[in-house]
Amino acid sequence: MTALERSAVISGIGLSQVGRRLNRDPWALMAEAALDALDDAGLDRADVDGVSTYPGPSWSTPGITGGGADDLRALLGLSLRWYAGGGETPGQLGSVVTAAAAVAAGLATHVLCFRCVHESSVQAQAGGRASVMDQSRDTSGGDGDRDEVQVATEQRQWTAPYGAGYPCFGGLALQRYMHDSGATREQIAQIAVVARANAAGNPHAVYRTPLGVDDYLAARIVSDPLCIYDCDVPVDGAVAFVVSRAASGAVDRSRCVSFEAVGTASGFDEAAAMMWSRTDLGPADVGVAQLYDGFSVYALRWLEALGFCGRNEGAAFVEGGHRIARGGELPVNTGGGQLSAGRLHGYGGLYEACLQLRGRGGDRQVHPVPEVAVATSGAEHFTSSLLLGAPR
Amino acid sequence: VITEPSRTGPSPERVWTEPFVRMAPPLTERTRAYWTGGARGELLIARCESCATYVHPPRPVCPRCASPAVTPTAVSGRGTVHAYTVSAYQWVATMPPPYVVAEVELAEQPGLLVLSNVVGADPAEVRVGLPVEVRFVPTGDAHVPVFVPSATGT
Repeated sequence: MTALERSAVISGIGLSQVGRRLNRDPWALMAEAALDALDDAGLDRADVDGVSTYPGPSWSTPGITGGGADDLRALLGLSLRWYAGGGETPGQLGSVVTAAAAVAAGLATHVLCFRCVHESSVQAQAGGRASVMDQSRDTSGGDGDRDEVQVATEQRQWTAPYGAGYPCFGGLALQRYMHDSGATREQIAQIAVVARANAAGNPHAVYRTPLGVDDYLAARIVSDPLCIYDCDVPVDGAVAFVVSRAASGAVDRSRCVSFEAVGTASGFDEAAAMMWSRTDLGPADVGVAQLYDGFSVYALRWLEALGFCGRNEGAAFVEGGHRIARGGELPVNTGGGQLSAGRLHGYGGLYEACLQLRGRGGDRQVHPVPEVAVATSGAEHFTSSLLLGAPR
Repeated sequence: VITEPSRTGPSPERVWTEPFVRMAPPLTERTRAYWTGGARGELLIARCESCATYVHPPRPVCPRCASPAVTPTAVSGRGTVHAYTVSAYQWVATMPPPYVVAEVELAEQPGLLVLSNVVGADPAEVRVGLPVEVRFVPTGDAHVPVFVPSATGT
């Protein structure tokens, strides 16, 4: 544990209403989660002197963000000494690491971290996800004639000419993973199947009805071999944390989750290696793992990167689902993950990790209550990994 | 390493025609060569003149040696499929699924990947390691590079 990890704690956690097509003002969701986190921490708005968020007021696709740091300041009438918000950070949880760093550096004492999405409503209003992607074309110079050649935006310049939607990248990653590892779809299915079983115990999860391997194998293909259950679910909702100075007398340490180690290096393996380099703890000490599952294959890569199994052994590790089930040797995505609980984009996994470490998992609580949890965010070159400790 | 002299004239045998119109890429200072080389039958990949490293997508500085002497350079247009996926969704209004999106590893350099489509093939026959070669789809002001299974291999 190094200076950053020793100096900051997660003193409060908050969640807004989460659901499909809520059609609520995203700022209302942001405020709901933030006030919930403050209440949980036993703090008042006047105690907050920092805000950190991912990815800021605007980002890649419609609904991917509900607002920025300054929006939350204005919403809640905060007086800030420090704030940050943006998409260029190591994984979505990079914004939480940044908050801890600001606290460790003495720039702030209580930082509200938040993530807000409203993709479900925005996509529904636009007529489906593909319609949202199609809006990325640059129509500024044309008169909308359908016979004209449409020109893609610079953001989509490498993908739109090839009809490559974002799930195509999940398909490419999964296809190459199966090629390299010999993994079968029956094995891959367990990431989604176990997540769904866990979601049954999470009242905030959007999909809670049982899912079997047969359902997975019969599911609609999105980008072969990627099926609909390999893809996380766009939702509306917000998550918030209060990251506080550990030495602050204002927080009840018996409720605070500690940072044991953070890994912010770019890449699954690099982020995990950096995290382990900052602690004496190891994979065998982890009692519960919240692995980023924007696509199911990413959860497998995190399992491998974190050292729970070897490279290309992730699918064999999850085979049958027993090891990663709630009663297994390494419970994974105990709240349902993004596949079943919804794309709260890394923040949902950290929220679940904190719940589990505090023994507040309700019907889905892992027993005995874990002492150590890992929560990862992002994939490929956009990654971070957090090792967290139970209150003590 | 395959070296091939730069082609100079039009190369109609490398044109690929299809019954739909793709979305065109915007042409910028960085990308114009990649998207328009096909007009002369050339696949132009940015290459460092100092250390001979290819870099894609094109950038004005070599990530290996930091040299600014990066120049669009004609390559063979041959490669192998590194990874592929068959999109069942219509992500672009004019492009009917199913179609194969692939990362093609160009023959000139290990790990030199380009995102493209494999066309002119039954999706069920596409596999990792499949030898492919470039074709160009005239699209607006661009000639979009795509790949077909290679008749002769690499």
